[in-house]
Amino acid sequence: ENADPQKTAFLLRKAWTLYSVTPLYRFHRTRLRDYARLLSAFVAAEKQKGLAVEVGVELDIKVALSSLGDLRGSEQDQAALLVQLSSRSRASSRSSEDKVVWSGWFCSVFGDDLSENVPEDFTCLPLFLAHGAESYTSLVGSWFQKTFDCCFRRLAISPLNLSWMVAMWAGCKLDRVASAVELVFSVPRLSQPLDISYAIHPEDAKALWDTVQKTPGEITQEEVDVFMDCLYAHFHRHFKIHLSAAKLVKVSTAVASAHCDGIVKILHSQYLPGVLMLLTELAISQIQ
Amino acid sequence: HLATSLPLPSERDHLRPRIDLVVFMIDIKSKYSLKNVETSLAHVDASFFLGKVCFLVTGVGRVNACSIETNAVCKLGEAYCSPVLFCELELEGIRVTTAQRLLRMLRICAGHIPGVSALSFVSLMRKSYDD
Repeated sequence: ENADPQKTAFLLRKAWTLYSVTPLYRFHRTRLRDYARLLSAFVAAEKQKGLAVEVGVELDIKVALSSLGDLRGSEQDQAALLVQLSSRSRASSRSSEDKVVWSGWFCSVFGDDLSENVPEDFTCLPLFLAHGAESYTSLVGSWFQKTFDCCFRRLAISPLNLSWMVAMWAGCKLDRVASAVELVFSVPRLSQPLDISYAIHPEDAKALWDTVQKTPGEITQEEVDVFMDCLYAHFHRHFKIHLSAAKLVKVSTAVASAHCDGIVKILHSQYLPGVLMLLTELAISQIQ
Repeated sequence: HLATSLPLPSERDHLRPRIDLVVFMIDIKSKYSLKNVETSLAHVDASFFLGKVCFLVTGVGRVNACSIETNAVCKLGEAYCSPVLFCELELEGIRVTTAQRLLRMLRICAGHIPGVSALSFVSLMRKSYDD
């Protein structure tokens, strides 16, 4: 199936749970319809076994697999693979539309580090993003693991990587009015858990990043450290709290937001490839 | 003797025994701990850096919680000619082994091991590190 530009629009503004996936063995893009049938049968069989996926309503789950040719970095990357589970309630009329209940997609944006080193029969799509009930994610995941001998692992994002993300994304040029840059910290070792939310005006954050970044298009660890240190120093000046001793758990900008548990939301289509490239890199480093 | 930062309070100088080894603890989950160590280093007499200082990085078991680049700590160790040890305090086995290692280093630094000085020991450690 061909890539549809409209399809990438639906990827925005959804909270995707991230996984790293090892290369798929003997995956053939020509057999997508077969795979969809097999996965459909698998889901139906698991439901028969009594694995409750939706309580109450009787649902027929339809599976669709498609390729998203636009979602890749270089020619070496495999085109993204989209899996969608939709339902049509048996109780409703024939004319009612299918409702997508779960979506997941595999992709690789500049994943050359991984694809360069794998043997012929393997397909590299190291980043997997899922949206919908966890029970469906686990069903689809087990089918892929059994069929293509691959391994899914939740992708966590360390505070170090989150600070890269906030520095990169706060510095992005946006034509419309941007939302605030927000950092959420969790304070360790207290009897009651404490979260600190630090919101910065997006123009101030961008201005700060512009003074720090030396070469446009290039970011170094030192520049990210200076950017974060300025934010920490500013906060300390006002509140006498060392945010650098707390754990950075979530960052939000107008471009995208990311949580340390491996959940991202991409808000701006212009920066979709950039965000995916960073996430692909994280997925690959978790695999290797 | 445990301290949260240096310099140590001067009031107790006369009561303090000779210091044989200074271990700077850096928590990989806290950027603040690295900054704290960096500022404390300025208060250490230069003679200590001849084998009587070492850096201990804790929390390395939780790779997903790290706020510090390990490269930065290794560079610090190189800059101050002192070894960098990595450990995970939450695991009892590693905690005990690390304590034993530090004790061995302390005995050398205190001059209890004949034939091995703090300086010769640290240059031995550095050779194996570079390999």
